[in-house]
Amino acid sequence: MLFQQALNGLALGMAYSLIALGYSLVFGILRLVNFSHGAVYAFGAHIVIFLVGFNFGLAPAILFGVVLTGLLGILIDKLALSPLRKKRSPAISSLITTIGISYIIQNLLMMGFGSEKKPFPELFGNKLLSVAGAQVGTMQLVMLAVSILLLLSLTILVRFTKLGLAMRAVEQSEAVSGLMGINTNFIIGVTFFLSGAFAAIASVLISGCYQIVYPTMGFMVGLKAFTAAVLGGIGSFHGAIAGGLAIGITEALAATWFGSAYRDSVAFIILILVLLVRPAGLFGKKGIEKV
Amino acid sequence: MERNKIDVEAFVYSKRHILTTGAVLLLLAVPYSGFSQYIIRIMIMVGLYIILALGLNVLTGYTGLVSLGHAGFFAIGAYTAAILMLKLNMNFLLAAVISMTAAGIAGLLIGLPTLRLTGTYLSIVTLGFGEIVRMAAMNFESVTNGTLGLRNIPRPVFFGYQLTLANGGLYYLMLALLAAVTLACLAIKNSKLGRALRAIKTNELAASMMGIYTPGCKLAAFVISAVITGLAGAYYSSLVSYIDPNSFTFDISILILSIVILGGMGTVRGMYLGALILIVFPEIARPLMEWRFVVYGVVLIVMMRFKPQGVLGWRSSIPYRIPDEKNA
Repeated sequence: MLFQQALNGLALGMAYSLIALGYSLVFGILRLVNFSHGAVYAFGAHIVIFLVGFNFGLAPAILFGVVLTGLLGILIDKLALSPLRKKRSPAISSLITTIGISYIIQNLLMMGFGSEKKPFPELFGNKLLSVAGAQVGTMQLVMLAVSILLLLSLTILVRFTKLGLAMRAVEQSEAVSGLMGINTNFIIGVTFFLSGAFAAIASVLISGCYQIVYPTMGFMVGLKAFTAAVLGGIGSFHGAIAGGLAIGITEALAATWFGSAYRDSVAFIILILVLLVRPAGLFGKKGIEKV
Repeated sequence: MERNKIDVEAFVYSKRHILTTGAVLLLLAVPYSGFSQYIIRIMIMVGLYIILALGLNVLTGYTGLVSLGHAGFFAIGAYTAAILMLKLNMNFLLAAVISMTAAGIAGLLIGLPTLRLTGTYLSIVTLGFGEIVRMAAMNFESVTNGTLGLRNIPRPVFFGYQLTLANGGLYYLMLALLAAVTLACLAIKNSKLGRALRAIKTNELAASMMGIYTPGCKLAAFVISAVITGLAGAYYSSLVSYIDPNSFTFDISILILSIVILGGMGTVRGMYLGALILIVFPEIARPLMEWRFVVYGVVLIVMMRFKPQGVLGWRSSIPYRIPDEKNA
């Protein structure tokens, strides 16, 4: 039973990691918590459902949806956040702006798709396999595999490519990397694209698992992923992954022990504890003023 | 343009006694001027949201701490008052005072751990607080009746006289509370604490260098803000006589924040204008009803982009009156 819940939590936690990475990527470069990330996640699931409706196949629909969600990320930055950067507005302005964006996306989704819960197409069927006495759905295995694959490729991108080098440079200092000939606006755009695309992939995975999609779905998940990012140390890569796994597993265990009514509160309690005890998170670098 | 604005402000300031008296008389006459109950109800809602905005303004406007969980304090106030009035048949005023205390204690509890946080982190913790309060209201069924909510909350009774919408009593109660909260906010703004809070908003480090005990001041802002919001909650539960956890969602927190930002953070006049616009607008634009939440989002973004100080948030041209040493 315990092992079973831990496995469920592991799969969910990997998906949380993908979303948490979105927060971390943007935070690393802009020192900004992108509050609209949860809404972008919900947008990903809805746009995939919408595209699946055109019947040109599941895989192209998902691919297209992921790209569109990434572009939404860029759009958010260009329309709302980049003007604030140019004006050197205080941090509170960008925070309130991202809240506004998330509100707009969420309510446009409600108007376009209705606020009711909609079924999400089954991706791979849901056969149950038996692993060491625990039941594992195929979807959970896919979730695990896809997440690990994505996390690996992102690590390779950031560590070993020129683009990744530029991203790390911008993260250290936007001004200096601009002087070194890096097109910082492009790098920031790429970051927002990656962050949005990862959120869309996570939403396809999670929706494929629960097969339910609704406009406010990003609210809770976004908060949990944010907690994961903070727990791991926001801005840190491996921190986001560790944090996501920790949140996923604790949540699954808490649901077993305290009943599912309280599963959503767990993330908040962890968040408050982390901020009190170790605001830098598990793998966070000290010295970055973030609190 | 700028010149013009200053002249208007100076004019309003010089005639402030006449203008205030006139406005108060007009507001007092409303129930006798033949408006439908619908209009009066909207006016009451505007008043309620002005009180809520004034509450959040102490925290966000004066001190610069953005709270996304004020629906939580609102809910604590509303539930406390409703339970006291329903189960103990308590008088409204006493119930309201206890609700304010309860909300104040909640403000202290959430304020203490957040002293070392600023910016987004603080906002997200307050958001979490708001959601935890709502979950508690849903799950403590023995006290809050869970998702079914509390029904038949009694209307306030003063000296055996029940205040309702029809006899205008609820309207006058709103005016009285609004006046009290407005005066309190003005008093706070011009007090030593108010100056300290604004110093913290501008630069916390510099403020502490000037000898301001910043943790205490921030905590005070949290508590005052929560107390005002709790009072609004007590009034709300008695006004609508039915509350459930869904009356206190994140949407309410965002609405209050939108009012504060639209009107002008840190001003009292701004809260009046902001609440008037954002509460009356959806009523006038019924066909646009479903767009209103989108509009709240647009308001936040556009204001941040073009006029972060709010519609009525200009730098005052009237010289600041330096208080006497004695009562400073």
